[in-house]
Amino acid sequence: MQMRGSLPSSPNAAPYGNTGKIMSDKKFDTTEVIFEYCRELFEDIDFTAAREWKDKKAERKVVGYMPVYVPREIIHAGGMMALGVLGGGENMEVIHGDAYYQSYICRIPRSTIELSITGRLDFVDAMLFPSICDVIRNLSGMWKLMKPETYVRYFDVPQNYRDDLGGVYYVNELKELRSGLEEMGGVRITDEALRRSIAVYNENRQLVNAVYDFRARTPWKAPSPEVYLLMRAGMVLPVEEHSELMRAYLAAAEAQERPMRDNCRIVLQGSFCEQPPLNLVKSIEMAGCYIVDDDFMLVTRWLLDDVPLAGDPLENLSAAFLHHSVETAAKYEPVAAEKGKFLINMVRSRAAEGVIFAAPSFCDPALLDRPMLANAIDKENIPNIAFKYAENSGQMQPIREQAGAFADSIKLWSGI
Amino acid sequence: MKKTAPREAIKELSMLKQKEMIASNYEKLTSAPQTGARVVSTYVPGNLNELIMCFDMLNNLPEINAIQNGMRKKSGGMILEAEKRGHSEDVCTYVKSDIGYMAKGAIAPNGKPLPSPDLLLLSYTGCFTFMKWFELLRDEYGCETVMLQVPYEGDGKVSKNMRDYVVKQLKQEVIPALERVSGVKFDIDRLRENLARSAKAEDDFVWIMQSAKNTPSPIDAYFGGVYYIGPIFTAFRGTEDAIDYYKLLRGEIEQRIALGKGPITPEGDLGEEKYRLVVEGPPNWTSFRDFWKMFYDEGAVVVASTYTKVGGVYDYDGFRHDPSRPLESLAEYCLGCYTNRNLPERVKMIETYMDEYNADGFLTNSIKSCNSFSAGQLLMMREIEKRTGKPAAFVESDLVDPRYFSASNIKNRLESYFQMIDQKRRAGGSTRAA
Ligand code: SF4
Ligand code: SF4
Repeated sequence: MQMRGSLPSSPNAAPYGNTGKIMSDKKFDTTEVIFEYCRELFEDIDFTAAREWKDKKAERKVVGYMPVYVPREIIHAGGMMALGVLGGGENMEVIHGDAYYQSYICRIPRSTIELSITGRLDFVDAMLFPSICDVIRNLSGMWKLMKPETYVRYFDVPQNYRDDLGGVYYVNELKELRSGLEEMGGVRITDEALRRSIAVYNENRQLVNAVYDFRARTPWKAPSPEVYLLMRAGMVLPVEEHSELMRAYLAAAEAQERPMRDNCRIVLQGSFCEQPPLNLVKSIEMAGCYIVDDDFMLVTRWLLDDVPLAGDPLENLSAAFLHHSVETAAKYEPVAAEKGKFLINMVRSRAAEGVIFAAPSFCDPALLDRPMLANAIDKENIPNIAFKYAENSGQMQPIREQAGAFADSIKLWSGI
Repeated sequence: MKKTAPREAIKELSMLKQKEMIASNYEKLTSAPQTGARVVSTYVPGNLNELIMCFDMLNNLPEINAIQNGMRKKSGGMILEAEKRGHSEDVCTYVKSDIGYMAKGAIAPNGKPLPSPDLLLLSYTGCFTFMKWFELLRDEYGCETVMLQVPYEGDGKVSKNMRDYVVKQLKQEVIPALERVSGVKFDIDRLRENLARSAKAEDDFVWIMQSAKNTPSPIDAYFGGVYYIGPIFTAFRGTEDAIDYYKLLRGEIEQRIALGKGPITPEGDLGEEKYRLVVEGPPNWTSFRDFWKMFYDEGAVVVASTYTKVGGVYDYDGFRHDPSRPLESLAEYCLGCYTNRNLPERVKMIETYMDEYNADGFLTNSIKSCNSFSAGQLLMMREIEKRTGKPAAFVESDLVDPRYFSASNIKNRLESYFQMIDQKRRAGGSTRAA
């Protein structure tokens, strides 16, 4: 890009201040306090934490992104905050959004439009719409029509995983994204800044994995509603602050004694985009199922290993995407025999006893993938059930009953 | 409504020609096990027919089978079969109809079973569901699979990176797979010849679609249009047959123009042209005739439709397959298909059609199955209304699932819509066509 040479480097190479909460006024030393804080963030559809971060310096920019994956490292390296926009959730009343979508389309785009129309995203300077499905893809165009002043990018990713094909394409896409953000933010995103940001996100991912590992080892000590909201906090907080929060949570949860229940262990699959209401997560656990792994907010765990710091940072992000990332419905599986292996390995490595497929209603990727995954795990004799939800589902009784019956059947069979 | 011709189906020569072409293609496909011909399954948008022909392979298109089954009212049972096998009621019914079709033995319209494909060629153009559909098909057939990812025009244009990526995949993935499966070596000159024939047919095809600029329009660019796109969107692009078909059709339309005739309907020539519409979205196939009748009974003619651009856009920005840039032009063809263009571009295209075809209104037939088309259509409709000042309407149905076609709802909606156009005319908002 022409402007690159003339732009100042990102004003703060380790770009984040924090919102002031974690490291100062509150003592995050118990799971209750952390959970309460996460719940506040979760319920705050005005994104106050991100607004406060932005308000601290005039040049700060906030870049919104939708599920399922964007390389947040590039945003961070520009001194900007990556803000996960996951719809309006269970408490948002959708008034305008329904005028934009037919009844047979999932809820996340309509509540996201509602967030925008009600001005709640007005402080957001750019929006990224990842390649996940045609609904989010088309939402990128709607955003262009409705918010011409915002930098909007449909973020495409390769479905061909050869370095010389998909890799070359992807590195060029990453370069375009970098140039676009540079122009929007009036900053230069250097390789050095990128490496620092990659390190910041490597650390964040390690902590996310540590929380997931901790829960899988001792699920009674890390109830899923807590882990869920802890990860949701990562969508709306500066990454450094989220890392701090996870550290604090791990220490507090480790120290706290909690009763172990006679629950079965399940993996939850299919909830990678529109997020379930908190009550759904609670209900599953209350019905007798410990969630020992899931695919909520995959962006936090998309890359499976640390991204190397040495070498070209965009090439490294690309290689990580191509060769070390999760298998999920938004990605093509080139080898037929591999379909479902990722899920099977997850079940095995987490010592899970079953899979609950929980997909948003009308979610094509999750619902089209489900029969193939179910086939694969059936062959391995892994019990599974399926249900659908919406981010604002209120009626939990049927889900509780289904999950309860599932837990009972697993216990019954494992006892034989 | 008054009609000038007898109320019986008129078969023009072009229709008979197309019927023969389709029948002979099904014959070739179903006799492949005997003739040893190799079969490739691929999708309509972004299909690489000219390239496939270089390897003497036959082209089987799952959507076309779904449409055939929809029109013959067989798709409902097939969809139920797929749902019984664990497929969600929420997902695209083309996919389910196809899965149910396979489960029921995949019998072609000639009564013989279609062979399993030797190669699945996934052109991933304009729709995410295709990718999943393909994984499902692969599960079923277990044959060799090759994918061509076609990036989406998120910024409303084709970048060099996008084009290069498609060309490289063609060279390094698709062509080697076709060579392997067919045993035929790739000959770029053969491809050039096929592309030259495509371009010839495309010229006539564009002339035909643009004939709807006449008043009265000699064609219906939606209900008639779905027949006109048949050869160019499917197994015939790049053949002499396609050239002949479009030449023949063009001749017939020239005659209609000379005689001041409107489109042919299933009940004969349309009488007075009362409403000129631009339509967005695919049609419903299970009640195709009933749906069409709701239009021609009211004297409504579709002068341009976006569905007829789903397998390639030839009119709007003048794209032609180009023998001098064979792989690049195949890439550009794939990239430019209608649903691979972003929403602002789709809106611009419709706005242009509204203007150039002197339309009275804009109608969306929103398809439950198809997020690729449908997500965002309500906003598109409002944009078109705002930009053109012409009235717009919205009806909902499905492609091949008869459960989602409510004739009375759609009819009521259309009737009040036509009244709305009349009112607008009386108020001076829209001049009457003709
Ligand atoms: S919930 Fe599913 S269909 Fe809806 S936007 Fe997300 S991925 Fe797309
Ligand atoms: S979603 Fe639409 S474009 Fe995609 S396969 Fe179904 S009908 Fe075709």
